Amino acid sequence: MDPQQPEPVSYLCGDCGAENTLKPGDVIQCRECGYRILYKKRTRRIVQYEAR
Amino acid sequence: MPKKGTKKGKSADDEPKEQNKLPEHLEVQRTRVVCKADAPTEGFQYAGAFAAMGIDNSVSVDKFCKNFKVMVNRLTEDDMEFDMIGIDASIANAFRRILIAEVPTMAIEKVLMVDNTSVIADEVLSHRLGLIPLDADPRLFEYISENDVPNERNTIVYKLHVSCKRGSPRLTVKSGDLEWLPEGSQLPLASPAQSGDKQKTYTSFGQSQKDIFEKPLGVKFKDITIARLGPGQAIELEVHAVKGVGKVHAKWSPVATAWYRMLPEVVFREEIRDDAAEKLVKKCPVNVFDIEDLGNGEKRAVVARPRACTLCRECVMGPTGEQVELRRVRDHFIFTIESTGALPPEVLFTEAVRNLEEKCERVISELS
Repeated sequence: MDPQQPEPVSYLCGDCGAENTLKPGDVIQCRECGYRILYKKRTRRIVQYEAR
Repeated sequence: MPKKGTKKGKSADDEPKEQNKLPEHLEVQRTRVVCKADAPTEGFQYAGAFAAMGIDNSVSVDKFCKNFKVMVNRLTEDDMEFDMIGIDASIANAFRRILIAEVPTMAIEKVLMVDNTSVIADEVLSHRLGLIPLDADPRLFEYISENDVPNERNTIVYKLHVSCKRGSPRLTVKSGDLEWLPEGSQLPLASPAQSGDKQKTYTSFGQSQKDIFEKPLGVKFKDITIARLGPGQAIELEVHAVKGVGKVHAKWSPVATAWYRMLPEVVFREEIRDDAAEKLVKKCPVNVFDIEDLGNGEKRAVVARPRACTLCRECVMGPTGEQVELRRVRDHFIFTIESTGALPPEVLFTEAVRNLEEKCERVISELS
């Protein structure tokens, strides 16, 4: 990854579920409700399963 | 050994001749299974059992062709019951086993999960999707092998895009939410080599399935619950259905169940009258017996509905045990087929017969 442009990552608030976009160094806190636990989103990459 | 009559048949080992009939108690042993209070008593089945009496008990094609009969009792869209008379248990069982394990259907096999934020785990969701019956005629499809590219002849593609909005009540995802993609997969496999190239997807359909198949390839039942979504949860996936057989995985089995039972036969050794008759009628949980009024206050038990008998043996236990005899007819099978919907039950049975025929031909060609 390019160290010059750290990519912002979006997280989901553990309390209200709102989406938060954070950059490195940001305070880990929900902008909507101030809750301090944020969850990373599930990958959108395709995962393949056998239907068995 | 009694001599054969004046009439000469095609061959001596054709069938039991009318002239030398077995005595009744031996005929019962030959053609019936008697159910005693504790256990069934098997009669004699081997070919030479009654040879000393001039009766041939062997299984032969001639006998089969002469005696075989089929009677359909009930036939609906996805359920049928029929009688197969004059067939050996081994062949009746072969049909049952082929129906369950070797008649092909289409079923979801591959699940490409893009997003699943619901509480149901990916693996469990995939398994549930696999069991959904599809309304596609498997005879119009080819099997796909490991190195085959999925195309319009061996794969059906569906997508499932559902989400529950924030603030809305819980959403139930039903099988009807699966959307058929007749043009094939919509998920990109990798970025194209050149910008002008067509985007490669997980399937390579040469033409639209809408042009090949007369009716849309949907799911058979639209009301099967797949998952439940809470507010803010979503499922986004694509599934690939392929042709397969039940012995690989039960999801490909075309029948909910296929089963048979031998025809029950209830016989009175002696008349049962009055109080004993009343008691017998009450005892039977499926109402096999009825009361016949003989006039002047006398009553007699009669066997009214022997087919309903489940061989629970209630009637051969206790006081009437000596008077009632429960039997099953050895070569009369009441066959029931419940289809899961891909093909109607009568078609499933003919497919099973064809399958057995192919097996026989394979054996013959191997031996010759």
